[in-house]
Amino acid sequence: MASIVAQFLNGLASASTLFLIAVGLSLIFGVTRIVNFAHGSLYMLGLYAAYSLIDRFGPTPLGFWGGVIGAALLVGALGALVEVAILRRIYRAPELFQLLATFALVLVIRDAVLWHWGPEDLLGPRAPGFAGSVAILGKPFPEYDLLLIAVGPLVLVLLWLLLNRTRWGTLVRAATQDREMVGALGVNERWLFTGVFALGAFLAGLGGALQIPREPAQLFLDLTAISDAFVVVVVGGMGSIPGAFLAALLIGEIKALCIGLGTVTVGGVAISFSKLTLVVEFIVMAIVLIVRPYGLLGKPLAMQRGAGAPVELPARPDGRAMALAGLAVLAALAALPAAGTPYAVVLAIDILVFALFAASLQFIMGPAGMVSFGHAAYFGLGAYGAALLLKRAGLPMEATLALGPLVAALGAALFGAFVVRLSGVYLAMLTLAFAQIVWSIAFQWDAFTGGSNGLVGVWPSGWLSGKTAFYFLTLACVAAGVFLLRRIHFSPYGYALRAGRDSPLRADAIGLDIGRLQWVAFVIAGAFAGVAGALAGYSKGSISPEVMAVSRSVDGLVMVLLGGVQTLSGPLVGAAAFTWLQDTIARNTEYWRAILGATILFIVLAFPQGIVGQLAAWLGSRDRGAPEGMVGWRRRRA
Amino acid sequence: MKARRHFLAIAAALAAAAAFAAPAAAQGTIKIGELNSYKNFPAFLEPYKKGWELALEQVNAAGGVLGRKIEVVSRDDNGTPGDAVRVAEELVSREGVAFLMGTFPSNVGLAVADFAKQKKILFIAAEPLTDKIVWESGNRYTFRLRPSTYMQTAMLVPDAAKLKKKRWAIVYPNYEYGQSATRAFKELLKKAQPDAEFVTEQAVPLGKIDAGAVVQAIADAKPDAIFSSLFGPDLARFVREGNTRGLFKDTPVFNLLAGEPEYLDPLKEETPEGWYVTGYPWYGIDTAAHKRFLDAYQKKYNDYPRLGSVVGYATMMTAVEALRKAGSTDTEKLVAAMKGLTLDTPLGPITYRALDHQSTMGAYVGRIGKKDGKGVMTTYTYADGARYLPPDDEVKKLRPAE
Repeated sequence: MASIVAQFLNGLASASTLFLIAVGLSLIFGVTRIVNFAHGSLYMLGLYAAYSLIDRFGPTPLGFWGGVIGAALLVGALGALVEVAILRRIYRAPELFQLLATFALVLVIRDAVLWHWGPEDLLGPRAPGFAGSVAILGKPFPEYDLLLIAVGPLVLVLLWLLLNRTRWGTLVRAATQDREMVGALGVNERWLFTGVFALGAFLAGLGGALQIPREPAQLFLDLTAISDAFVVVVVGGMGSIPGAFLAALLIGEIKALCIGLGTVTVGGVAISFSKLTLVVEFIVMAIVLIVRPYGLLGKPLAMQRGAGAPVELPARPDGRAMALAGLAVLAALAALPAAGTPYAVVLAIDILVFALFAASLQFIMGPAGMVSFGHAAYFGLGAYGAALLLKRAGLPMEATLALGPLVAALGAALFGAFVVRLSGVYLAMLTLAFAQIVWSIAFQWDAFTGGSNGLVGVWPSGWLSGKTAFYFLTLACVAAGVFLLRRIHFSPYGYALRAGRDSPLRADAIGLDIGRLQWVAFVIAGAFAGVAGALAGYSKGSISPEVMAVSRSVDGLVMVLLGGVQTLSGPLVGAAAFTWLQDTIARNTEYWRAILGATILFIVLAFPQGIVGQLAAWLGSRDRGAPEGMVGWRRRRA
Repeated sequence: MKARRHFLAIAAALAAAAAFAAPAAAQGTIKIGELNSYKNFPAFLEPYKKGWELALEQVNAAGGVLGRKIEVVSRDDNGTPGDAVRVAEELVSREGVAFLMGTFPSNVGLAVADFAKQKKILFIAAEPLTDKIVWESGNRYTFRLRPSTYMQTAMLVPDAAKLKKKRWAIVYPNYEYGQSATRAFKELLKKAQPDAEFVTEQAVPLGKIDAGAVVQAIADAKPDAIFSSLFGPDLARFVREGNTRGLFKDTPVFNLLAGEPEYLDPLKEETPEGWYVTGYPWYGIDTAAHKRFLDAYQKKYNDYPRLGSVVGYATMMTAVEALRKAGSTDTEKLVAAMKGLTLDTPLGPITYRALDHQSTMGAYVGRIGKKDGKGVMTTYTYADGARYLPPDDEVKKLRPAE
């Protein structure tokens, strides 16, 4: 009994922590619709800043709490700066383009922290006055955790009062629903957004600073925090602050329960709930989203006016010029082994593989309007499918290259059936949940998948073992894949898909089964991602769960957005640019992450439609003529 | 100075357009390719880099090897096997290096090892701890310097068995390293002390330990002793939470790696007294070889060495001695030279076993305590790696035939 109470309190303390990490993200999304990838970085900065300030002020009560609040204020100010200097310029960019900017910030902040604070973990002091423990039913329980348990609800109440009982809060809520109307009424919505972003950043910083007595400041915090924050926000319902609190409570308690249960034997089978902690939050998220498509307390997103980019005009099939350009690129690529250095061929294989991966992601993001945060799952299923068939079933390499993608397509068919019932960020997060579940299976199943070490000895057959031969195989597969995706794009099916995206009600009315169309799109994209994955495995000779980790999914998103999400050649250009930049910068510089991030930021600001999208716009192509009245009325499902 | 380096870095990035062009190779040097996850694990790898740079400087100051200077081409592998293999390709095909060394995480090490096998090029794995790199997935071209997970676990078992504690709790990071350590510990302890029981096992997600709940769950299992393979932030959180909740008061704890400065130093005031650990007490090793290393290191960097520094230094020395013994940069001659290669390192003489390509580098085993608010190893002895490996016939069974 005492143990259960103690674990319940542990759950409450981690729930408070989770809530503080997530609440700022929810607030920012609710108002600005920005998916702020850098939220975890702001959290990390909060911890580091608090460490330094407390170190300077001394661990007295005043020094400690002054340091905590000071750190949160500093991070809040940084948030305001980021909003004014960067994000404000790209509110009109295509959906999720801001995500690219915040991704770049993650890279820059990570390296800046390493440069300023050094590589060593920094464990801060205990909180003065809350250093010890008190006995609760005979079990010692940290006083600071009791304090945290109180802080969570306190922040919840204060935020509620701010948003519901002040004029500023009323304006923020109004802007959430209709930015243009708020602007028309004479409110400067720009400063409203800056304020909200600063407040969100402040909360992230506060969440980080309050962890000082519990964990060291370290460089991986940004990624762990952002994944926790996303899960909590989505489970609670994007933009719903009480929802975030409820979700934090749910996840905190379930985790504590899993740890408390440890290994349980049911009918002779030992189940380790402790191992489940690797992925339990994603399982919770998947279940919640399947049952409640908008999270626990979320509502369907209101159609937003004044947000987003101009609507695109209907796609037109490629003209002869485009076909010729394509052939020219293909010819140039075919000449590469003869003309380039051996390493150029190696790098080109990577670029081609990612080009197909990005093209398959663009296929669901563009025409189908489904953003995926978990596309690496299908890349990984293709890679693991091929590798396992080779290693465990002893099939010839050529056969596995065809069957690996089939595994990916099957996975996509299964998960897609659930995914297409959702929309927007919820859909994206469900893909992420599925991807994490697949990842955790590959990561844990040591006997079959090789666990965290993965599989080695995944080399192509003898006739393909030369780099040039493998390059031509890759080129052939990728060219065929890209060509097929283009053909599907301009087929009647492709048009139907776009109809479902742009005008779901009308599409429904003329008898299109949108869910089915999207499900098919998901399977197609999964299969092509699987081709890329299988090729990737054979090009490296080994695979490990990293091929389907979140970072791979994010890389895919970055490539698509970098090139331009609504252009067909954008993902190819994005993949080439990103892979080449990373390879080159990492080879030549020490702080390569920061420089890569800065380069991406530059591209974001200079090409707010993505590289290809912006070039197309500048060249006066079809995107330019979007009628003003259509602005913003795009892509919402009824 | 820093700003200047930044400027140079940016300038280098801008000049990167020329990246496809092959750089001019310095005439007459021997090129060695080095790759590591510098930006993923900087706490270990910055000292590691300093370590090999020091060794490189010393070797070249003494005229190099085989009458030629050595040049190391170092790359960041981004912590992923995919990028690491690409980097390795680049080092081999573009830079034309004689062989490869480095890597930190086990999955990256295994991927590069398999690449080495495929390309038939020597690879000296510096840091990966996984047992597989020399056993199940071992190959002709791969040699490993650091004592493996199995060896370091085996070093702690004698002390653990001596305590005659019956009920053991285990906590480990939930990936291959933690799983292997746990498996090896249970197996070896059972052999040494058949009545040992394992009352709870907590597998925590790497870097995301829910310390409060884990400490509580362990306390509830009422163990007589604890075996942990936590490190880094997970270790710090576990220690602080355990101290606050009084978990370690009467319960001895055995923790792999926790005596390494990389993981011990951040604990400071929080350092738990009396834990049994493996580590590197740089402040108290009074062998001549270590003194020389320590003096040179402190003189060059004005900082004390971490374990990473020793690993980097010894990796570079291994490369040099292999070249010297082989008398050539030919891969087959290098592989033959590496088999049974003996050399001096700051930790003492080591041998790369011909049997499984594992070096006999050991680790210091002992207990930790606090001194002037800092964590130190208070008592320690050097455990020679050669004594903590399974019998030869067992190893032969583990390793695939060449």
